[in-house]
Amino acid sequence: MDKMTTILQTDHAAFPGASGPAKSRTTRRVRGLSDRAIAWLFVAPTIALLLAINIFPLLWMIRLSFTSLNLSMSYLPLRFVGLDNFRDILTDEDVWVRLQTTAQFVISSVALQVAIGFGLALLINRQFRGHSFWTTIILLPMMLSPAVVGNFWTLLFQPQIGPFNYLISLFTGLPPSSFSMTGQVSLAPWTIVLVDTWMWAPYVMLICLAGLRSIPDYIYEAAEVDRASSWRQFWSITLPMTVPFLMLAVLFRAIENFKMFDMVNLLTSGGPGSTTELVSITLKRAAFEKWRTGYSSALAIILFVTVFGAANIYVKALNRVKQR
Amino acid sequence: MRTLKWLRSTTASAVLGAAALGVFGGGEAAAEGKQLTLCWAAWDPANALVELGKDFTKQSGIEMKYEFVPWTSYADRFLNELNSHGKLCDLIIGDSQWIGGAAENKWYVKLNDFFDKEKISMDDFVPATVVGYSQWPKNSPNYWALPAMADAVGWTYRKDWFSRPEIQAAFKAKYGRDLAPPKSYDELKQIAEFFQGREIDGKKVYGAYIFTERGSEGITMGVTNVLYNYGFNYDNPKKAYQMQGVVNSADAAKGLEFYKELYKCCTAPGMTNAYMQEGLDAFKSGQVAMQMNWFAFFPGLYKDPNVGGDKIGFFVNPAGPNGHFTQLGGQGISVVATSDHKEDALSYIKWFAQPAVQQKWWQLGGYSALKAVVDAPDFPKSAAFAPQFLESMGIVKDFWAEPSYAQLLLDMQKRVHDYVVADKGTAQQALDLLVKDWTKVFKEQGKEVASQ
Amino acid sequence: MTAALAKSTAHSIVEASPRAKAVAGSLVILYAVITILPLLWIVATAFKSQSDAIAYPPKVLFEPTLEGYVNLFTVRTRQTPDFIAKLPPPQTWYDKLVRQRDMVIAGPSKVVPRFINSLIIGFGSTFLAVFLGTLAAYAFSRFRIPLADDLLFFILSTRMMPPVAVAIPIYLMYRQLNLTDTRLGMILLYTAVNVSLAVWLLKGFIDEIPREYEEAALVDGYTRLQALRKVVLPQAVTGIAATAIFCLIFSWNEYAFAVLLTSGEAQTMPPFIPFIIGEGGQDWPAVAAATTLFVVPIVLFTVLLRKHLLRGITFGAVRK
Repeated sequence: MDKMTTILQTDHAAFPGASGPAKSRTTRRVRGLSDRAIAWLFVAPTIALLLAINIFPLLWMIRLSFTSLNLSMSYLPLRFVGLDNFRDILTDEDVWVRLQTTAQFVISSVALQVAIGFGLALLINRQFRGHSFWTTIILLPMMLSPAVVGNFWTLLFQPQIGPFNYLISLFTGLPPSSFSMTGQVSLAPWTIVLVDTWMWAPYVMLICLAGLRSIPDYIYEAAEVDRASSWRQFWSITLPMTVPFLMLAVLFRAIENFKMFDMVNLLTSGGPGSTTELVSITLKRAAFEKWRTGYSSALAIILFVTVFGAANIYVKALNRVKQR
Repeated sequence: MRTLKWLRSTTASAVLGAAALGVFGGGEAAAEGKQLTLCWAAWDPANALVELGKDFTKQSGIEMKYEFVPWTSYADRFLNELNSHGKLCDLIIGDSQWIGGAAENKWYVKLNDFFDKEKISMDDFVPATVVGYSQWPKNSPNYWALPAMADAVGWTYRKDWFSRPEIQAAFKAKYGRDLAPPKSYDELKQIAEFFQGREIDGKKVYGAYIFTERGSEGITMGVTNVLYNYGFNYDNPKKAYQMQGVVNSADAAKGLEFYKELYKCCTAPGMTNAYMQEGLDAFKSGQVAMQMNWFAFFPGLYKDPNVGGDKIGFFVNPAGPNGHFTQLGGQGISVVATSDHKEDALSYIKWFAQPAVQQKWWQLGGYSALKAVVDAPDFPKSAAFAPQFLESMGIVKDFWAEPSYAQLLLDMQKRVHDYVVADKGTAQQALDLLVKDWTKVFKEQGKEVASQ
Repeated sequence: MTAALAKSTAHSIVEASPRAKAVAGSLVILYAVITILPLLWIVATAFKSQSDAIAYPPKVLFEPTLEGYVNLFTVRTRQTPDFIAKLPPPQTWYDKLVRQRDMVIAGPSKVVPRFINSLIIGFGSTFLAVFLGTLAAYAFSRFRIPLADDLLFFILSTRMMPPVAVAIPIYLMYRQLNLTDTRLGMILLYTAVNVSLAVWLLKGFIDEIPREYEEAALVDGYTRLQALRKVVLPQAVTGIAATAIFCLIFSWNEYAFAVLLTSGEAQTMPPFIPFIIGEGGQDWPAVAAATTLFVVPIVLFTVLLRKHLLRGITFGAVRK
C-alpha cells in the first residue's frame, strides 16, 4: 500500500504541459520525462533481457522435463511422460551419490577457503610494508579461467612429469610415483578441494578485508581504554562485525561451487570412476553427450529448486544477522 | 566526467561494432571461388589428408578448408554440430559408431544413388570397413559413407629392448621361453610383469600402456580388446538385443578382471585417465615396453627420432582363451545433409575413391580401405606395420552403432572405469549393472529386450 | 589524535606492533610465494621445448626456447629431412626454429581469431551489462518500483542455475533463432548472466550516494536524466569500475557456455586452450604460452583498478 501511494503521488505530479521546475520537494515533476517513465525505461531492458534469456528458457525447460525428448533420436515420436523423469531421478541411487559428492565438495572447499581467506585478511590488515604488492600476487589465481586451471593442474599433478609430487616427496620422503592426486580414490576428492581453494581463497580474503576495514577504529580504541586484551577484542569486536561478510562469502562461494563444472571436468573428468563427478558433470553428460533432453531438464529443475530453496533460507538468516 | 563520456562513447562504438560483427560476421563469410570444409579429428592422419587434398584442389579448383578437433572433444563437438543442423561442415569424417544416429536422424546424405551413378562399388572395399563405416542398418545395402580410414587397435613394442642379450637371457631364465612379441594375453602379461620396474639405460621403465580414459571412449576402446577374446559379446547372435548371460557371462567377467589385473600390476603410475595421446607420450619418452594404441599412429611412431625405425616393433592384439579379435576403429567420409555445397562435396568423394588417390593416401600415412591397395602383393612390405594391419582388419569387432550408441558407450565407460580404476565392486557386478543400463536404454528406444 | 593514541598502546589492533607486523608479513609472503609457484611453473613451461615439458623427472633448469609461442601461433606439418633440405633457406627466426624440428610452417593457427572473439564477446558483454545494470540500479535505488525486493531476488536467482542447465534450453532456442556459434548470441547470453550481478552491485553503490545532490540539481532545473549524468555517474565511477572488473572476469574466463554453444566462428579462448595438441599429446609449451597471454589483459585491467575491487566485492559496504 505504501508503494502504491507513492507512485500515485508521483503520477499526480506528472501532469503534461507543465513547464519549469517544481520547487517543492514532494512533487517530483521535472522537465523532460516523468520519473515513472524513466523508471520503466531504465528497468525494462534488463527485465526484458532476463525474461528472454532466463525465464522463457526456464519455462521451456519445465515443459521439456515432462517429455521423453532425446535430441540424438529426434525421429522418435515425442511422448509426454508426466513425472516419469522426476521419478527416475529421485529414485536413482547414483544421482543421490552425485549430490552427496557435490555437497561434500561444497562444504569442504568453502570451509577451507573461509578459514584461509579470513586468516589472510587478518594478517594483511596488519598493514605491514609491501602488503599491497603481496595482496595483488595472492589475487592472481582468481583471475585465471577455471577450465584452463583444471587443465594445467593435470600436468602439475602427473606423478612422473609433474612438479607437485616431487615437491611433496622433497618434504615427506614419499616417492613421487607412489601416489596420484587425480587418480586415487582416496585423494581425488581432496585434490579438487585443493585446487578450488588455491583459486578462490583470495576471493574470500577480499571480502573479509572489506569487512575488517569497515570496522571503525574508535570501537577498538574504546576497547583499549577498557583494557581489553587483543584476544578479547578479536572475539567481541572483530569476529562479530565480520560475520556478515563471512556469511556473504560463504553464500557466494557455496552457490558457485554447487554449479562447478569446468575446473573439475578438465581436472579429473569426474574420475577416478565417479568419485569426483559433481552434479553439473552428470547433467552435462546427460544433456550434451547422451542427448537426453527431457531427463536432463528434469534434473536441472530439481537442482535449481534445491539451490533456490537453500539460498532463500540462507539470505533470510543473513539479513537477520545484518540487522543485529 | 569528460573522460567518462569519452570512455562511454568509444566503448559504445566498440560494442556497436562488435554487435554488427556478431550479426554480419557471425555467419559464414562469403567465399570468393568454391570452397569445402571438411571436419575430422585432429591427429596424424588428418595432416596426411591435408597433404593429399592439395591434389584435389589442383584438379577441381575447389579450395579445402579443415576443421580438426582433438579426439577427447571430437564426438561432443561434432554431434553437437550435427544436432544443431550447423553449416560448418560440408564433408565430415564421422566415427564409425555415429552411423546409426546419422542415418536415422538424416544427418548424412544417403550415397546409394551417387555410388550407382559414379560406378563406385562397395565390393571394392574391405568388407569389415563397409559394414563398420558405411552401412545402416548393418548388413543391409544402405550406404551413408565411403570408407575413408581403416583402423584397428594394435600394439607397439620396444624391439631394441627385446633384442638385448642380457634381457633375453633374464627372460628365458625366468619363464623358460624366448622373449618375443606375445601371441596371447597371458604371454603379454608375463612380458609386462618382466619389464615392470626394470632399470633400462638408467631409468625405471614399466611394462605396458593400456587405455583408461574416462571422459569420452578411452577405457571402453581398451577393455573390449580383452573382453572380446574372453568370450564377451554385445548380444546374442541369434536374438538381437538379448544381453543377459551374454554381456555378463562368467567368461566376460574373467576378461574384465584380467584387464584390471594388467592395469594394477604392469602399467606406469598416474595413468588413470589416459587415452591415445598419453600413450604416445609414454612410449616416446621411453617409459613403457609395450603400448596399446590405434594403427593410425604407427606411421608417426615409426618416424620418431627417439623410438622409431629399428627400435620399434608391432604386434597384433593378442588372443585370449575364447577368441581372437581386435577393436575396430576407423571412419567413413560422408556428406552433411545441411551443407550448401553437396555437389562439390560429392565430387570430393568421387575423387577420393579413385585407386590412385587411395594408394597415395596409404603412402602419406592414411589407411586406405580399398581392396586394390591392401590386397596388392607388395602391400605387406610397404610398411613395417602393414602385415599386422592386414591381419588385424581380418579380426575386427565393433561397438554398438545404434542411434543410442552414445548412451550405451557412456554407460560402459562408467561401469568399467568404476571397477578397473576406482575399485568399486566386482567385475561380475559391473557387468550386471551394465546389462541393466543397456536394457533401460533400449527399452526407452522402444526395442524389445529379451531376458534370455 | 588517533595516531597518538595508537602509538601509546603498542598492542592495539588498530596499529599493530612492529613484531606483529613482521610475523604477519612473513606468513603472508610465505603463502603468496607458495600460491604463485604453480603459475611460475606454467610461465616457465611456455619457454620449454616439448620434450623438456614432459621430461621425467620434471626439469626446473632447462634451456629456454620460443618454440612454445611459435607452435601456438602456427600450424606445422612434419616433413622428411630430405624435403626440408630442398626448400629455400628459412626467411625468419621462427621458420628456422620450426625447421630444426623437421617441420614446416603450413599457416597460422586459430589462436588469433579466438583471442579476438574473447575480446569482442568479453568487453562487449561487460559494457552492455554495466550499461543496463547502471540504469536499472539507478531506477531501483531512486524510484519506488513495485515488487522491488522480489524483482531483485528474482534477478539474483537467475545466477543460481548451473550453466550447463541454462545451456539446455538456450541451445534449443539458439538453434531455432540461428544464434548458435555467433558472437551476438554469446554477447546476449553473457550480458544476461552479468546484468544480475551488475544490478546488485551498482544498486549498493548508488544507494550510498546521497540523494541531496540530485535533489539540488533537480531544483536547479536539470532533468532527471541530466542529473543522472552530471551528478550521480561521476560519483559512481568507482562502483562502476568494480562492477566492470567482475563482469569482465566472468565473461573472459567462461567455459561451459562457450564450449556448448560455439564451435568454429564464435569460439573464445577458454574452450580452445586446453585442446591445443601437438604431435600426439597435448602441446604443453603452447598451452602454457596461451595461458600466459590470455591472463595478461585481465591482470592489467585488475591491477589498474585494484582499489575499486575492494569496494566492489561487498556491494559497496565499505565506507570511503
